[in-house]
Amino acid sequence: MLDVLNAVLVVVMILNLFALGTSRINSVIRIVAVEGALLGPVPLLLHGAGDISGASVLAAAVAVVLKGLVIPAIMRRSLRAADIKREVEPFVGFLPSVLLGAVGTGIALVFSARMGSGGGSTANLIIPAAIATILVGFIILTTRWKALSQVIGYLMLENGIFIFGMLLVEAIPFVVEMGVLLDLFVGIFVISIITNHINEAFSSMDTRKLASLKEE
Amino acid sequence: MSSIGFVLVAIIISAASGLPVALSGGASRRGQAISALMLVAAGVVGLVGVLPVFASAATSSLALPWGLPSGAFAVGLDALSGIFLVPIFIIPALGAVYGLGYWHPADRPEDGRRLGLSYGLLVAGMALVAIARDGLLFLVAWELMALASWFAATAEAGKSEVRRAGWVYLVATHVGTLVLFAMFALWKATAGSFALERNLAIQPEAAGAIFVLALIGFGLKAGLVPLHVWLPGAHANAPSHVSAVMSGVMIKLGIYGILRMTSLMPTPDQWWGWTLFALGGVSALAGIAWATGQGDIKRVLAYSSVENMGIIAMGAGLALVGKSLGRPSLILLGMGGALFHVWNHSLFKSLLFLDAGLVIHETGTRRLERMGGLAKRLPLAAALFGLGAAALSALPPLNGFAGEWMLYLGFFRGVTAGPGRGLPVAALGAALLATVGALAVAAFVRLFGAVFLGAARSAPNDDHEAPNVSLATPDNGLAAHGKGKAGGSARLAMLAPMVALGLACIVLGFAPGLVLPAIGDAAGTWANLREGGRNLVGLADFSWSLPLGLALVGVVTLLLLYFSFAARGARKPGRGTWDCGFAAPTSRMQYGASSFGEFLGRNLSFVRVTRRKSRRPRGAFPAPGFYSSKTPDPVLDLSIRPLAAFAGRSIARMRILHQGQTQIYLIYVLLATVILLIAGVAPS
Repeated sequence: MLDVLNAVLVVVMILNLFALGTSRINSVIRIVAVEGALLGPVPLLLHGAGDISGASVLAAAVAVVLKGLVIPAIMRRSLRAADIKREVEPFVGFLPSVLLGAVGTGIALVFSARMGSGGGSTANLIIPAAIATILVGFIILTTRWKALSQVIGYLMLENGIFIFGMLLVEAIPFVVEMGVLLDLFVGIFVISIITNHINEAFSSMDTRKLASLKEE
Repeated sequence: MSSIGFVLVAIIISAASGLPVALSGGASRRGQAISALMLVAAGVVGLVGVLPVFASAATSSLALPWGLPSGAFAVGLDALSGIFLVPIFIIPALGAVYGLGYWHPADRPEDGRRLGLSYGLLVAGMALVAIARDGLLFLVAWELMALASWFAATAEAGKSEVRRAGWVYLVATHVGTLVLFAMFALWKATAGSFALERNLAIQPEAAGAIFVLALIGFGLKAGLVPLHVWLPGAHANAPSHVSAVMSGVMIKLGIYGILRMTSLMPTPDQWWGWTLFALGGVSALAGIAWATGQGDIKRVLAYSSVENMGIIAMGAGLALVGKSLGRPSLILLGMGGALFHVWNHSLFKSLLFLDAGLVIHETGTRRLERMGGLAKRLPLAAALFGLGAAALSALPPLNGFAGEWMLYLGFFRGVTAGPGRGLPVAALGAALLATVGALAVAAFVRLFGAVFLGAARSAPNDDHEAPNVSLATPDNGLAAHGKGKAGGSARLAMLAPMVALGLACIVLGFAPGLVLPAIGDAAGTWANLREGGRNLVGLADFSWSLPLGLALVGVVTLLLLYFSFAARGARKPGRGTWDCGFAAPTSRMQYGASSFGEFLGRNLSFVRVTRRKSRRPRGAFPAPGFYSSKTPDPVLDLSIRPLAAFAGRSIARMRILHQGQTQIYLIYVLLATVILLIAGVAPS
């Protein structure tokens, strides 16, 4: 079981770097969707085989459907509606950002080795994978101008937090899990709508234009 | 139904009393009348519940589950609550009747709706504060009271002056609430629960900390110097009947809070009492000194409220000292004087605020320099104002004197050795009280003279007599539509509550013995003493009050008769022969409020700052001259405002971090996260 979990986490970390190096927005959306869908059933791995309840299966299924299908669909829709260039338009180039992400992942590994296993975790890759994913999410958030890339950044950030949550998988009740998913869904939904409005108001999805709203 | 049941019903009626106004759109006279009727009914029901508490020493309480994870809906009624509930049920009801004449709903429906709703909620909140027996419930009621009073005080939010004063009040009241949060948290930590029940197991250090927090949190509401900063502005800018309720009733609940908390804790250290005593002394002296310099009729009254709260705090301080020394006579006289003064002040200060509202209604201004000569137009209002001012200045035979008399007795008794050493400092209290009384007379002679005596300095909406005064924009919007002339029924609605308050001042002055047992019981409840009422009657002998009062009235009547008889023969010149060389004297050449304030200001310069600006006419063809003086509030205007302005300028430099770029804000978040992570790992 633990080997499977570690394997999944390694795949997630590679997907992170892949997302940093891809230039087509559609591909990035797909990468994040795969990442979310991979992570969805992971809590089931952490439960002992005996005590998988109906509720946790339902939570995993909802997570997979939401992150793997619904959210990517919403984002692709808004991409079509906005009718923008399908390029990512990074502020930092693709290769440098991949290198930055790799350095971040390395630091996360070193860091978590120093931090110890943290609350008796079962898999020792959970913490570094979580920190690395959060860092990569931040890199996407801070180095891409397009509003949709920002949404992707937030999604990746959430994936990182989700991995952290596995440390507490016994403690998190079903209601909280569903609440988090609902939050995420609504958040993405709203951002996608806002994206269209930004596009209409500024005839572009460049978030730099938003700075003109700042009060002087 | 039990006593507490009546009080709860009264609270519910009060809270709902704003609905007729709000549902009728705020513009209907009938809605306003139904609302006033509901408040009067609530007052009657409430008093039916409260008054039996004084007759029997029994207390009445009730606890209901309320579904929150902490605290309980626990309410209770004892004599101490009762003392504060009586004004809560009387003054707002009278104020609502007064409002029928004062506030014309059709003119400002939006403001009217806001005022109607918040006024009823204010009454409900105040009553709930007085009966709450649980820390959380107390905080909820306290906040309800604070917010409702804020909405009521800023009912005329269209004016920038009102909004500015409201802002100061909102900040001050929330600072106070924050301190109370800390106080109740500490109470929970030391006493084990939020229940406000007597707990003698609290350690002295913790009790001292709770006392200091209570002093700050409740002192902000009570308006003790230097925590009074919000009080003058809020009182001056509120509609007059709201000022009457705030000054007459609401700020007393600050004192109530201090008294309630001190009554729950074990025997206090002596410094508690002296601290409260010193704060009270400073408030009394500074409050009345600042009052003498104000040019706004309601600000004078507001500063005088600071003074009166100071007097009450001095009495409570004496009682606390008495409690720590175990001297029941000091407890009963000090607390009895303080509680009696709570009632007295709520009567005469409400009377004065309502009267000031009538004056403002008639003249269209709050500025003393534009008033004058109103005694001829409003003889009854002038007489009532004089009565209230005399009572406030503690002149016999009115109620203010009776209350302060008990404090004097307490201070004198404190000086003489009881069980233990004498307290020479208490003599200072008596001296201070006398000084403050004299200054109060001066302040109110100035106020009365400027408003009611002499000739009108400017007529409303008619400025031919005062060419230099522009009356095009009246200070108070009321005049803009009231045109300064209230109709007969409106005048009656305003005068009737004032007459009732004036009569109460006279009755309590002539026969303080009527209420002494009730007040003594409350003082006894506070200190956990038996037979407080009977003992207080023994300590404070008021048998002289009726004969002395009648004798004083007789002497004054004789003097008046003599002077009017002597004046009958004399011929009064219309204008003086010489007119001091002025060819065309105008009414603005009279001594005005500033002139009197100037004389007082020179003698009070140790506590009062006065800013003067003037230009004398010089030469053969002088340019127009002017003179103006202003008495800023030393705490608000000279300390807090400059500090706040400095902070505002410094914080503006932080805007360099504020670039408006989402990505940059996210980098801040990342940096903060990384720093926290490193800080978390570093020790290991």
